[in-house]
Amino acid sequence: MFDALSYQFIQNALIAGTCTAVIAAFIGYFLIVRGLSFAGHALPNIAFAGAAGAVMLGIAPVYGLFVFTIGAGVGIALLGKKVGERDITIGVIMTFALGLGLMFLSLYSGYAERVYSILFGTILGVSQGDALNSIIWSCLVFAALLFLFRPLLFSSFDPEVADARGVPMRLIAVTFMVLLAITISISIQIVGALLLFTLLVGPAATASRIFHRPAWALLLACGLGVVYIWFSIIMAFEFQDGSWPVSFYLATISFAVYLPVRLLSPMWQGKGSRRREPASATDRNVVAYQEKESVNVVKQEAVR
Amino acid sequence: MIAILQHSFAQNALLAGIIISIVTALVGYFVVLRAQAFAGEAFTDIGFAGATGAVLLGVSAFIGMIAFTLLAALGVGSLGKRIQGRDIEIGMVLSFALGLGVLFLSVYTQQGGPNVGAGVSILFGSILSVTRSDLQLACVISIVVLVVLALIFRPLLFASVDPEVAQTRGVPVRGLSIVFLLLLGVTTAESILVVGALLVSALLIAPAATAQRLAHKPLNVLLLSVGFSLFFTIGGLLLAFLGQLPVGFYITFLSSMTYFASLIYSRNRAARRVTVEHTHRCVDREERVPSLL
Repeated sequence: MFDALSYQFIQNALIAGTCTAVIAAFIGYFLIVRGLSFAGHALPNIAFAGAAGAVMLGIAPVYGLFVFTIGAGVGIALLGKKVGERDITIGVIMTFALGLGLMFLSLYSGYAERVYSILFGTILGVSQGDALNSIIWSCLVFAALLFLFRPLLFSSFDPEVADARGVPMRLIAVTFMVLLAITISISIQIVGALLLFTLLVGPAATASRIFHRPAWALLLACGLGVVYIWFSIIMAFEFQDGSWPVSFYLATISFAVYLPVRLLSPMWQGKGSRRREPASATDRNVVAYQEKESVNVVKQEAVR
Repeated sequence: MIAILQHSFAQNALLAGIIISIVTALVGYFVVLRAQAFAGEAFTDIGFAGATGAVLLGVSAFIGMIAFTLLAALGVGSLGKRIQGRDIEIGMVLSFALGLGVLFLSVYTQQGGPNVGAGVSILFGSILSVTRSDLQLACVISIVVLVVLALIFRPLLFASVDPEVAQTRGVPVRGLSIVFLLLLGVTTAESILVVGALLVSALLIAPAATAQRLAHKPLNVLLLSVGFSLFFTIGGLLLAFLGQLPVGFYITFLSSMTYFASLIYSRNRAARRVTVEHTHRCVDREERVPSLL
């Protein structure tokens, strides 16, 4: 256990992993509250396509990652307004990006290993420079999130009222997606597309089941994220001679913690569950109402 | 062009593409209607995990996909209560399955399995290597899915359009949604064979979403959706026979471009409709104001 910590590459992995876990859990909480967990799954895949494109062009994968994730993030924020419509837009954008990725891969005749390492990540191969990079970028994203914290929280929990109060909803949605895109671009090289989704959604989902108040839920989410990544890195190093991937341990720990919390949460949520997510509840009613309205409009037109 | 169609691999690919695009278009209609795009997408990745597990055990990848997607459908269906509030449950099941998939893949690669490209072909599909027995399996499963879908069609449509009213009328909304998730699981597993795990939503979501922007009556939407789906698959295959790039790219390119075109078209139409209605309403109000005064 403790001699694992003396290795340089484990230290780098832990540093990079901690930064990534904190920032991913923080942004993942907003992702869940805003009903965007599909975007959390789609953007890493889109990023994969970007990396494939950059590798094909012979430039560093980072540029491809940034261009594709930020482009797709802004597209998702601008195109989809209703929840159902947004999911479809995300699905189609992701499919398109993956199709492009497939094209890049088939045109690229060289060593594709670099591209696959984007999918599965190489957290145990993080260099000191990578770790430093992830510290700097995490701090920048974190600062931006803290700066945006109140309007972001307001617009996520009660979009209707926030809109009425003059919060610039569109600007916030776009900024949020850009921050998400940056987070994904910097962490995907370290933890991989698959692991990143777990770090985004896992801790935040568990935390939001335990605490109603955003501040506590956010703190718990960050804490859980760090604990998960530490455990999974050390377990990956200790067991099976390090041949099993970190992402497997991470996904398993995260699911194993979530499942009992999910099954037991009715015990303490009970009546409070309505209070827990008023925004999403009203949101859903509003969406249902709007959909009924549009159906009515269609019916009226048909009558005419 | 004609010459290539005489090869059996091309015939198999076309037949498999036609069968699967009909099923995905019909199931996809409900996926779009019920706003379950994420579930459809998640099942494909879960199917990927199942396929890698099966390859590791030495059984057919298809069996692994079916087993994993059905289990995930049951898990998601029983964990998530609301029809639309299932994102988190789907995400958690998905990330667990992906973790397993990564484990299977890495163990398989370390064992020096005979076919290292297996993982890649599952991710991106291999329609050009579909065999006759795959085709028969796909045909049988498609018929089963279509029969079940036809049996539950009316109550499912009702429960998808207006779950609350359906519930009060005694439609088993919960049971229907689990049955639908199971159908979705089987459909995605089957279509992974054709376009691969990463590209299934090109056939599952895009045709139905495009059709829904152009038509309103369920029957018209269904027919349009099937038409689009066939067009994407057959068009993609023919382009791939002629061109240099993989089938998956052509199919996704056709489907996403069509979807974006329909998006722009329906936005313009909606904008025109709103202004017309707005002027009507303004005229109404102006007429009413004097009488009120």
